[in-house]
Amino acid sequence: MATETLLRAIDVGIERGYRRLLTGVAFEVGPGQIWQLSGANGSGKTSLLRAVAGLAQAGVTGSIERTNSCLFQGHANALKPLLSATENLNWHPSGGIDCSDEAIGQALAEVGLAGLEGLPVGNLSAGQQRRVGLARLWLAKSALWLLDEPFTALDTQGVAMLSTRLDQHLEQGGGVVFSSHQPMALNRTVAVLALDDYAA
Amino acid sequence: MPPDPPNLPLVFFLWRQFKRHWNGALRKPGDTFNPLLFYLMVVTLFPLGLGPDPEVLATLAPGLLWVVALLATLTVAGKLFASDYADGSLEQLLLAPHPLYLSAMAEIVVHWVMAGLTLALASPLFAVMLKLPGQAIPFLVFSLLLGTWSLSLIAGIGAALTVGLRRGGALLSLIILPFMVPVLIFGASAVREAANGYDPASWLALLGAYALMATVLTPVAIAAGLRISVDN
Repeated sequence: MATETLLRAIDVGIERGYRRLLTGVAFEVGPGQIWQLSGANGSGKTSLLRAVAGLAQAGVTGSIERTNSCLFQGHANALKPLLSATENLNWHPSGGIDCSDEAIGQALAEVGLAGLEGLPVGNLSAGQQRRVGLARLWLAKSALWLLDEPFTALDTQGVAMLSTRLDQHLEQGGGVVFSSHQPMALNRTVAVLALDDYAA
Repeated sequence: MPPDPPNLPLVFFLWRQFKRHWNGALRKPGDTFNPLLFYLMVVTLFPLGLGPDPEVLATLAPGLLWVVALLATLTVAGKLFASDYADGSLEQLLLAPHPLYLSAMAEIVVHWVMAGLTLALASPLFAVMLKLPGQAIPFLVFSLLLGTWSLSLIAGIGAALTVGLRRGGALLSLIILPFMVPVLIFGASAVREAANGYDPASWLALLGAYALMATVLTPVAIAAGLRISVDN
């Protein structure tokens, strides 16, 4: 995979609802690098991730350069409760997702949902729905991943499974930015961006 | 920056976007046939309120049938994009390489089939209930086909702008009603002309022109509205 920078943020400031949240945030994600956004509730983790993804533009200052294609996993899983896991995943339009049925079946088996592919997602538990959402990480071809609280609702086994996948992705030259409160155990050093230091 | 990975070709993606909403609508038939049920209920009430005099009903029928059709589409306008916004699908559509206005159009087509096409096809039944003269019934169906398409597109703009608001219902109606009024006038006039034994071609032509204009102009506005709604 290419060795160029995947994401470069320079002097980013974020204002939300007439309140200045962050100023002077700067970081760079290269291949094999992983950044954790940490900070108290309301410190701007989600806002920063959405700004980086390009979903939020109002109130964002500074320069954000990134690869055109990125995988964004927000708080919501982008799943329709009446559709099955396969139907939900083969629609996924962003992140360079492999939409073939074989690949989706494999990804669902990886996240421990083999045999549940055809069930309406609404019948699954919150943790299982999260796993369906995260199955995209096994399908994504995009090098840059932006994950907002990816460990929410996952059990310990799920956390371990996700960590392994993140390691794999970094190994293949991908880059990750994620927000989380808990410290992470990965093979690579996780660079921590403490947003409390950038509070305005 | 590294190059983009390959994506699903546009046509395949639009088909999947259509099927996603189509399947969602079919598996929730209660919601889907709400406008039709609303139409049926209101049309049943008119003879009870106005009296069963066939002549009175026949004179009022073109206007009544069209006003109720407009209100029926208005009741479901707020549903457009609402689930996409709530479950995060909209964010993914915004990040997708496919143009947002086409993804939104695929969704509106499904919405129209459920709320407009079915209504137009069932309208002869309602016309008979209100004693609309028989020669006007084909024109009622045709005008509703053209008109509800415009109404769905216009509803799309309002829905896109208000989807992020917690109680956007009143605002939604306020935004879209002025644009819906011409459709009501053209449609009801076409049916009235036909009922009176005249040629409704000029009204239908206006309705068609409005539908074409809406088809060309609204997708861009809808996409812009959705971007604003997600960005807040």
